[in-house]
Amino acid sequence: MNINNEHLKELENEAIFVMREVAAQFERKVILFSGGKDSIVLVHLAKKAFWPARMPFSLLHIDTGHNFEETLKFRDNLASELGVELLVRYVQDSIDKGRVTEEQGVNASRNKAQSVTLLDAIEELKIDVAVGGGRRDEEKARAKERFFSHRNEFGQWDPKNQRPELWNIFNGRKNMGEHFRVFPISNWTELDVWQYIMSERILLPSLYYTHKRKIFKRNDVFLAWAPFMKLKPTEEVFETEVRCRTIGDITCTGVTLSAAQTLEEIVSEIAATRVTERGGRYDDKRSEAAMEDRKREGYF
Amino acid sequence: MKLNGNGDRRSLLRFTTAGSVDDGKSTLIGRLLYDSKSIFEDQMEHLEQSSRRLGKEETDLSLLTDGLRAEREQGITIDVAYRYFATPERKFIIADTPGHIQYTRNMVTGASTADLAVILVDARKGVLEQTIRHSFIASLLDIRHIVFCINKMDLVDFSESVFKDIRTDLAGVADKLEIEDPHYIPISAKKGDNVVEPSGNMGWYKGKTFLRFIETVEINKSKNGVSPRFPVQTVIRPQSSEHHDYRGYAGRVAGGTFRPGDEVVVLPSMLRSSINSINVYQKNVNEASSGDSVAITLNDQIDAGRGSLFVPPDEMPVSSNEINLMACWFNETPLRPNGRYIVRNYSCEANCSIKSVNYKMDINSLEKNFNDSLLTMNDIAHLTITTSRPLFFDPYKENHITGSLILVDETTNETVAAGMITE
Ligand SMILES: Nc1nc2c(ncn2[C@@H]2O[C@H](COP(=O)(O)OP(=O)(O)OP(=O)(O)O)[C@@H](O)[C@H]2O)c(=O)[nH]1
Ligand SMILES: [Mg+2]
Repeated sequence: MNINNEHLKELENEAIFVMREVAAQFERKVILFSGGKDSIVLVHLAKKAFWPARMPFSLLHIDTGHNFEETLKFRDNLASELGVELLVRYVQDSIDKGRVTEEQGVNASRNKAQSVTLLDAIEELKIDVAVGGGRRDEEKARAKERFFSHRNEFGQWDPKNQRPELWNIFNGRKNMGEHFRVFPISNWTELDVWQYIMSERILLPSLYYTHKRKIFKRNDVFLAWAPFMKLKPTEEVFETEVRCRTIGDITCTGVTLSAAQTLEEIVSEIAATRVTERGGRYDDKRSEAAMEDRKREGYF
Repeated sequence: MKLNGNGDRRSLLRFTTAGSVDDGKSTLIGRLLYDSKSIFEDQMEHLEQSSRRLGKEETDLSLLTDGLRAEREQGITIDVAYRYFATPERKFIIADTPGHIQYTRNMVTGASTADLAVILVDARKGVLEQTIRHSFIASLLDIRHIVFCINKMDLVDFSESVFKDIRTDLAGVADKLEIEDPHYIPISAKKGDNVVEPSGNMGWYKGKTFLRFIETVEINKSKNGVSPRFPVQTVIRPQSSEHHDYRGYAGRVAGGTFRPGDEVVVLPSMLRSSINSINVYQKNVNEASSGDSVAITLNDQIDAGRGSLFVPPDEMPVSSNEINLMACWFNETPLRPNGRYIVRNYSCEANCSIKSVNYKMDINSLEKNFNDSLLTMNDIAHLTITTSRPLFFDPYKENHITGSLILVDETTNETVAAGMITE
């Protein structure tokens, strides 16, 4: 464990450095908070980076309306405990206002619609930096992302023309209407995140631990069942022991069959796993460049 | 930088690929991850599908890092991809960079944080201009460990003499660039020879495989260890009743070690104080060394903030409003000789103008050209800049953090150059 702790320390130092650069270079700062483990780790790092002062960020949650009940409670508690402002913007509102249209059919997801709600929130709240928990090991388009990722006035990412990023000198200069996405835990792997959660004893929603849940199988992925979800005739709901490896919108979050009850057990399970965490994310399976396309449009 | 208990063997190694377009950099990374069983099942499935879709006969391992749509269409790398893997020996952060000259800025981005560079050479083509450019950039960035992989040995019948000839040419380049202790490994990234497993086709090669090499290379204690340097990023002032008088200077130690009680000079104000406490979250620690993100409180209330640098009174950095540097130019717009730019050196920002382009490097001959002062994209040159106020810095060779800077265009806000301070 010695080796691991040493590299975790280096990753933590790097992430805290990035957080502080954000604090110094921007005005209206938010942490994109989804209720998942990566955003919980971000909040933890922000708490450490500015102690004993309060972190200079608000939390922004883009709510698809398809949540696990528990993550909302967790979110509210965390915000009030830290005394930070919690901002919530709803995809449903964007749909009602006609900003986006709701996808139909069994595979309907509000994942893409989230980008519109997010960009609208950024404009409305005059946010100039949104700090996210994206990691380069998650997905092949994310593997290309800078720590400080520039977005043009339409909120778009141009992966073919990213700013050079030398050493640890982060250039956050921008014109009016543009903004930045910043990813302090870019260099962390899923295993690093879990080991860090374990070594720092960070509290997580219990969804991450094994529990009984109604699930069904679609395209080789187990999905959590919720009353609003449309099933195909062949799909059958059953109850079993599972835990979440990632938590996002219910409609696209795969669950893992697992008996892991403790962080130690989760860490050994992750260390031995042969599939990536996004292997269970239905949203990435849509096309070859699904993530790149969503990111270009302004996704997290 | 951190050392573990066994002396100089660090547990985390950051390395970058380099070399000309199509020399096999991405394939090498794919092969490395594949043969070390670091590719996940769903990633592998995805690679196979994509390879089929692109009409390839076999699974193309370069697709593991070439993740952008345009990269897959064109079969080249455009921007750096970062990959992570671990063996029982070490953890690795890999930057797979593009070889195409048009994307040199992305290569520099990936290489700027590396401890080691692996520079690939196509055995059929030998040393090319891009091989030299990338070797030069690696030496400018002061990457201490350079390993040349002579790749595609399968296409030259695994010939020892081809390897030796290229090695001789590379040794000439390394010599000119004063690269210390370069290594040479004959490999086939596509077939796997000498990547993870020793090659059965090149019995004449007795050295380490690529993986064994990067697992065991001793990464020297960085020179960032010499003079204590602490650049302030931001000031932490809680203004709560509980911590009413707390004023912590937040930053990451950029060299040496600081301890409570140490005398420091705060630049640029030149005021002296001493360290009251060093905080890591709620803990007071006895020391902070290079790489540590901490908050420091001082025993006197003095003027310090973002851009300030704490240093010991007897180890002052250079102070000047004229700075000489080697610069890599990244922008499509050439350097404007009388133009104004913004210079960023750690957390410190100032305006600057270009005083002179002293010489430009001719990449093929590695000679200095004193007659050409037009700096266009991908050029490397020695410049003198004049800053609006004196900056405090060290030569890059002594400290990569206080000795590096970027130039930013005032109107576009783009990062137009990377600079390594020479004196
Ligand atoms: N025969 C053979 N082909 C190879 C070998 N290594 C790479 N190739 C092929 O060379 C071509 C280019 O490989 P890449 O890995 O994309 O090259 P690269 O250096 O990453 O190229 P850029 O990133 O665009 O600079 C591909 O078609 C590979 O399959 C090798 O060892 N032997
Ligand atoms: Mg490549």
